[in-house]
Parts: sequence; structure tokens; C-alpha cells
Amino acid sequence: MAMNYLYPEYEAARNYDRCITCRACERQCANGAHEYVEEADKMVCDDSKCVNCHRCVALCPTRALKIVKSGNTYKENTNWSGKIINELYRQAESGGVLLSGMGNPENFPVYFDKILINASQVTNPSIDPLREPMETKVSLGAKPRDIERDENGRIINNLPPQLSLSMPVMFSAMSYGSISYNAHESLARAAESLGILYNTGEGGLHEDFYKYGKNTVVQVASGRFGVHPEYLNSGMAIEIKIGQGAKPGIGGHLPGAKIVGDISRTRMIPEGSDAISPAPHHDIYSIEDLRQLVFSLKEATNYEKPVIVKIAAVHNVAVIASGIARSGADIIAIDGFRGGTGAAPTRIRDNVGIPIELALASTDKRLRDEGIRDNVSIVVGGSIRSSADIVKAVALGADCVYIATGALLALGCHLCRSCHSGLCNWGIATQVPELVKRLNPDMGYKRLVNLMTAWRHEIKEMMGGMGINSIESLKGNRLMLRGVGLNEKELAILGIRHAGE
Amino acid sequence: MGCHLCEYYCAFAGTDGSDMARALKGIKINPRIKIEEKDGISFAVSCRHCREPLCVKGCITGALTVADGVITIDRDRCVSCYTCVLSCPYGAVSPSDDGAVQKCELCVKTAEGTPACVRGCPNNAIVFEERECAE
Repeated sequence: MAMNYLYPEYEAARNYDRCITCRACERQCANGAHEYVEEADKMVCDDSKCVNCHRCVALCPTRALKIVKSGNTYKENTNWSGKIINELYRQAESGGVLLSGMGNPENFPVYFDKILINASQVTNPSIDPLREPMETKVSLGAKPRDIERDENGRIINNLPPQLSLSMPVMFSAMSYGSISYNAHESLARAAESLGILYNTGEGGLHEDFYKYGKNTVVQVASGRFGVHPEYLNSGMAIEIKIGQGAKPGIGGHLPGAKIVGDISRTRMIPEGSDAISPAPHHDIYSIEDLRQLVFSLKEATNYEKPVIVKIAAVHNVAVIASGIARSGADIIAIDGFRGGTGAAPTRIRDNVGIPIELALASTDKRLRDEGIRDNVSIVVGGSIRSSADIVKAVALGADCVYIATGALLALGCHLCRSCHSGLCNWGIATQVPELVKRLNPDMGYKRLVNLMTAWRHEIKEMMGGMGINSIESLKGNRLMLRGVGLNEKELAILGIRHAGE
Repeated sequence: MGCHLCEYYCAFAGTDGSDMARALKGIKINPRIKIEEKDGISFAVSCRHCREPLCVKGCITGALTVADGVITIDRDRCVSCYTCVLSCPYGAVSPSDDGAVQKCELCVKTAEGTPACVRGCPNNAIVFEERECAE
């Protein structure tokens, strides 16, 4: 190209005093950014190929590399920012829709960061979790309204199927295809070791992973890939995916190039064919239609598995959730606008949906007001970043949270947001065998277990501070939260008071 | 995964420096572990510490010996006849840069006992374990 409007956003800064030309950076960059120049016995870097994934930085044995923001700048303009100008140039060049990976990175409020947690002083004792029992176990599913007794007065067990988790966390849906075999294996083994669940995503379940069934949620999405009776019965719950926080109202598209070998077999579609998930389920146009699918799936699994309905957090989320709670579903999963994705149109990702904190608070309130809160459990996802976010989510009314981006970070993801390129240098969002093997599941699952174990300790510490010894007693306990820097409307929606009140 | 870092950690273990950049800057390394690659598969070749080692059997000066299952080399005794280089079926013995031959000695003399390649491998692809050798 004779003229290039786009200057690289990042530069790999190399300290030549420390570089020993071992060429690890060159060998590990699937984008081909680094190159060894024989004549000069020197490494060079084509910054235009760098996606800022930090693979070379992490592996450089002498710490000779770091990635810096390139100093190139346009004339300052708060309206036409450099980012907007670059995106416009890119589209003028390509004529295409902009694509991005992972969650919305834009400067919208993060309500979790404007909420503070309470602690006990003097008038009520705090609890030391190292000395006293502390319960983080949760049970998800519809809870019966009444106690039923037989003619002899004995209690009849009318409890619908439940999911039992050692802590209020599940790994959320990421399909085999969007992420690698090794990433799936890491998640499955970590879920098994932790006593929680992971989610297959919409790509079916690889035959090697049926053995993790007791820790699996199987997903049924609009493409219905890899769905068959054995699949439905293999997990502990079935999730109907209506929407995803990163791209509400949008379907999915896994390029044919990724539909190879096992992925083709698992998805039950021919090799090389594009896997297209339609935007809507073509058999669901109402809550009544949804009810039919919920009960079809229950019928197919002998009413032994709870059914989850997952929706994106959108404007009328509370009303939609009310409908879902009446559809026979056992669990509602709500995915906020910061939720991740393998690929989404940038404009959708960055401009559609609402914050999960507000969606959760309004849904919980609505269901309680309507007296149907116990019909369903609520699971929320969309950028749960720490144990504090979990505690705040539970206090706002969630039964459990979904974690995906955080889990991928534990596996090595550096949020370079280039998942859609298929060349993930960390072996996560790729199907290239040489890249997939960079993620060793033996190491990956341990890192996930470490992360969740650490978070569980922190959750117990925070609960102890509040004088609460069971996560169930924290659920919906909004008096334990206070807002800072929020306006009246925001406080009203969140159902919390301002700090100092 | 073909990053070749084991080769550099091996070379670094052979030096007495504390900083890898200073120790290996401007040096063409000659490591005792070498990566063989073909068709996307990479494999680290180093001494297998055979139960009946041909290199030790063939050594004309007794420079190569087995102690505790580890084959080590006495550089003072080695006369660089390269019989071991020729007889090793794995190609794990090679000439060093300063006379004598070199081979993996499992870092028993360097790197605090744990082989440097094992500690340095970013993907746990190289592991150090005792194995009962099949007859």
C-alpha cells in the first residue's frame, strides 16, 4: 500500500542491552511481529503486527521487552479522539463492520466501584472465618412455595432439581470452537476440583469431556449446534441462551476455517461450513414459546435438570425476567453489557445493553414485588472482576455469578481483544494446534483453582466482617451496601442508600 | 511449544553469572539440551541417562561415570576423542567450546540441583522425574 493512514497503536520497546537474541519472541509471536536479522545479529519488530498480547514480554528471559503506547498523536480533539479517527480510517479502507473481541472497554460507569460494603463494629460482632465455620455453599433452582404433607403428616419432598455449588460462582458459557480444547479441559477440571460448574457454550460437548458431567451446564443456543439427547442428559443443568451481554440482539458466526476435525464432529456440522447462530431462536417469539422449549428440554431429561434461561441485560430486563420466571425456567442468567465475547461488532459491543448492577437490582426487586422471586434463582455475569464484585452482586440480590473473562485471564489471557483473529498466542481463543498446546491444562486448571480458592477466602473475610456466616443470609441484603458518588435515581434503582446515611 | 528457552536456560546454567542478559549477551550458545522440530512438533533432546550407557562403556579414559543414575563428566580426564559423541544413540553428547565434551548432567553441579531447563520451561513441557527403567 502506497499510503497507510494507520500508525501502530503500540510499540514493542526492546532494551538492546538486555536482548540476547534467543529469538523466543520471534518463535512465540503468531502475528509475526518479531524478526531476527542475521546480518546485524539483531532482533527487530514490525509494530504494525503487534496486538499487545504480551506473550513475548512474558516469555523474554532477560526482560528485554515491554509494550508501550506509541507516541504518535493527532491534533488534540475531545470530540474526534484518535480512536474514533482510526476506526473511521479503517472503515474507509475496508468498507466493513468493525469487529472486536472481549468486553466493552469504554468509559461507562462501573457501579460495583461506587458501592461500598459494611462491617460490624461494637454493636454486633464480626466473625473470624479462620476460627468459626463460614458457609459459602449455594443451591440454585426454583424453591417450592409451600410445604406439602401426606395423609400421615409427613413432609413430601416437592423440591425441584437444584444445583449445588461450593461457592456462588460458575464459569460461564464459552463454546468449544471459540476457545480451545485445552481451555475447555482447564475449565472442566477446575470446576470438578472446586465443586462448581462450567458451561459448554453453544458448540456442543467434546466426547472427552462427558466425564465432567457432574460439573457441566450444557447450553442450547439458537444454532442448536451439537444438541442431542445424550448431550442434554450429560450435564447437571441445561441453559437456553437467548442473548449475550457483549452483543445483545446479535447472533454468532464462527468462521468455517475454525470448523475442523473434532469441532465439526462436536457441533454436528460439516467441516469448513460457517457456524451461524441466528440472532433469535426461530421458534421463540414469546414467553409462551419459551415455555414450550423449557418444557421440551425438561421432558427430554425426565424433569431431573434445572433449566437456565440466559439473557442479555437490556432496557426492559426486569419485565423480561418476570416473564422468564413464569415460563417454567428454574434459573435466570443475566449478562451485563461488559460481558466478553470471541467476536462482536464493535458498535454493538460498545453501545448496546445496560450495566449488570442496575439490571440485577431492578430484576431482583421486580421479582420480589411480584412475589415470584423464589420461582427462580438469579445468576449474573458481565465482568465480575473480584471477590468484592461477587459480594456486592450477592447483596444486590444475585444467587450466584458467572465468570468468564476473569477465568480466561487466569489462563493467560492479556485482554488484547484480538480473539476474532483466531491467532491467540496464549492458546485460548484459537484452534491452531501449535498455539493450542501453549496452554497446558495441568497448569491452567491449577491457576483457576488458585484464583477461586483465593476469592473464596476473601468472600469469607468480607462476610465475617459483616457478621454474616452464610452467603445465603447476604443474598439481597442491600443494607450491607452504600453508594458513593451516585445520584438519587441510581441509588433508587440499586435500592441502596448513600454512604453516610 | 518451540520457544527454545530451555536451550538458553541451559547455557545460562553453565555460566556463573547471576544476570542472564550479562552472561549471554553477544554469545552464540552451545547448550546441552537441543530442540528438534518438525511439522509443528518440537522435542527437547538431552541425555536420557541410560541404565547401560554406551558413552560410559566407550569412554577410553574413564571421564564419563555413572553416579546415582546420573552420568557425569570429569572434564580433566576427557581427552576429546569423541567416542561418546559417536556412540550416543540420542545425539545427546556434543563437543564443548573449550575442549572436552559436554552433556546434560541434570544440573547436579549447577542451578541449585533442579535442572534449569525444567525450571525455565514456561509450559511444564520438560519435567524431572525418577523413572523405573524397563529392562
